[in-house]
Amino acid sequence: MATIKLDQLTKSYGPDEVLHHISGDINDGEFVVIVGPSGCGKSTLLRMVAGLETVTSGEISIGDKMVNEIEPADRDIAMVFQNYALYPHMSVGENMAYGLKIRKTPKDEITRRVNEAADILEIREYLGRKPRQLSGGQRQRVAMGRAIVRDPKVFLFDEPLSNLDAKLRVQMRLEIRKLQKRLGVTSIYVTHDQVEAMTLGDRLMVLNGGYVEQFDTPIELYERPASIFVAGFIGSPAMNFLTATGGDGLVVLDNGTALATSLKTSGAVIAGIRPEHLIQDPEGVLPVRVEMLEQLGANTLVHGVLDGTDTQIVASVTGIQSLPINDVVRFSPAPDELHLFDAKTEKRLS
Amino acid sequence: MVENRPLLSVISHLILIFGVALIALPIWITFVAATHDEARMLQAPIPMLPGGYFWENFKQTLFGSGLSGTEIAPVWRMLGNSLAMALMISLGKISISLISAFAIVYFKFPFRMGFFWLIFITLMLPVEVRIMPTFQVVANLGMLNSYWGLSIPLIASATATFMFRQVFLTIPDEMLESARIDGASPMRFFWDILIPLSRTNIAALFVILFIYGWNQYLWPLLITTDADMTTIVMSIKQMLEASEQSPQWNIIMMTALLAMIPPIFVVISMQKLFVQGLTETDK
Ligand SMILES: Nc1ncnc2c1ncn2[C@@H]1O[C@H](COP(=O)(O)OP(=O)(O)OP(=O)(O)O)[C@@H](O)[C@H]1O
Ligand SMILES: [Mg+2]
Repeated sequence: MATIKLDQLTKSYGPDEVLHHISGDINDGEFVVIVGPSGCGKSTLLRMVAGLETVTSGEISIGDKMVNEIEPADRDIAMVFQNYALYPHMSVGENMAYGLKIRKTPKDEITRRVNEAADILEIREYLGRKPRQLSGGQRQRVAMGRAIVRDPKVFLFDEPLSNLDAKLRVQMRLEIRKLQKRLGVTSIYVTHDQVEAMTLGDRLMVLNGGYVEQFDTPIELYERPASIFVAGFIGSPAMNFLTATGGDGLVVLDNGTALATSLKTSGAVIAGIRPEHLIQDPEGVLPVRVEMLEQLGANTLVHGVLDGTDTQIVASVTGIQSLPINDVVRFSPAPDELHLFDAKTEKRLS
Repeated sequence: MVENRPLLSVISHLILIFGVALIALPIWITFVAATHDEARMLQAPIPMLPGGYFWENFKQTLFGSGLSGTEIAPVWRMLGNSLAMALMISLGKISISLISAFAIVYFKFPFRMGFFWLIFITLMLPVEVRIMPTFQVVANLGMLNSYWGLSIPLIASATATFMFRQVFLTIPDEMLESARIDGASPMRFFWDILIPLSRTNIAALFVILFIYGWNQYLWPLLITTDADMTTIVMSIKQMLEASEQSPQWNIIMMTALLAMIPPIFVVISMQKLFVQGLTETDK
């Protein structure tokens, strides 16, 4: 078991700095998800923790020990790769045993641990098969098995579910979560899928362009996003953003509508409101001209524009609703669900 | 083709039969010649059907002194020499190329690409081109008339290095990374992962290189003066010139037949791996 500490981590490839001063502490037994759009540096960060990429500057510590210069094998980590990276010429059992064999673990100990891991993952009957004789989901389990037999201090996952179909992904997601809780091993998990991130992580590190935008619990990320980027990235459908002018206890939208807030602001601000926090209300302050409806069964997504502007608005109303297209429907924001951001820095005004 | 057109299949069969005949006929004649006695082979129309002297010729060729009245070593000895040379060349080439490809693909060292191109350039310098200096070196090292002299100058191989490089490049990086996390040292990774994954390519290359080594003619001719070091391929030519009388075709053809057996054996025994190497998809 171990804590992980990232201190001012920077990574450059030649002149290009791809990660900028990443800091953060991961607690013992915690499940941290690194999430962000493609190319933001998630894999690079994870691979630095694994020891597969060198550190340009800053420090990584695992369990109070600085590991910058330590070989991957000696960091006591296990990694699950996106393409599983199973050794194709070895059977499932040999794949799982390989790391232990290199560490000169006694034979009966290896057998015991492989069988134990195989039981946990329910892959006992495949132990004699070659990876190519398994389905994607089964290979995924074997890759997990290879990680857990080693009994490492840290699990690292790099988009391990992205090669599976949607249904299997949901199922494996739950299993990974359960397994991690059961074993209590500190884990870092990389994904670009925000739903996966929200359901798996104790805390999420949101990366954007090599910077940490926010590092917090899923609820906090949802309720108090630190920047416009996080606000737009977390939650589906994405938050609505409206340009506005600040004031004392209110902001004024471009079409003249005033929205109440508990903050005192000034100058150009961005007001954010989630689709699920727009409540249909004949007296509402937000007139929306409906353009399209998406019926999802449990709720209906109303796509439209703020009347009198061309700002796109999405509202999510419960149940099956048939609102007239091209008519104006009024919404009011749920109390205290208005997020305000500085228009220039794009940071939250709290 | 899935189409079934009688005329087309007749024509393609004719072409194929013609091709097979073209290749098989000389071998048939060789075989027939090896089953007659010396006298019959010197009469005008050469026989097209086997005679009854196969075992006598076989025994005399393999274990006797081969050609009567010459100093050529017995054929079993020459087969042994050829086998040793071909095995040393093919195994030597494969080991050296595997190791150099491993270095070039997986290690970062100064002038890495420089070394790669140096190896590559040697493609332009086959033995025939560098034969004088190579002979000089081998002679100075005292390796004339030895297995080392026969094989070492032919061992360095740019083609095989290049081929293994390509094979290694198709192995995903994650394989190396997960081996590193598993704690495998570079040589451990080489033995446990790279070699098994290139197994079919090694087999295919072994077939080609074994035949290349077996068929060497010019180089052995140059550096072996001792009759005991003669290889089978060069001996056939020597047999033609050796005797004062007319050539003993029955013995010479039997020698040729025997010379064909090891390469055929290698091809047949490696065939399964060879085909696997061509059809296997996932690495
Ligand atoms: N070996 C390398 N040399 C140069 N630049 C690199 C190298 N590896 C990654 N990069 C750059 O670093 C940045 C981050 O890459 P990284 O693979 O970490 O992204 P990612 O967040 O994992 O994206 P994805 O979700 O697509 O996997 C990218 O802009 C990429 O171009
Ligand atoms: Mg990635």
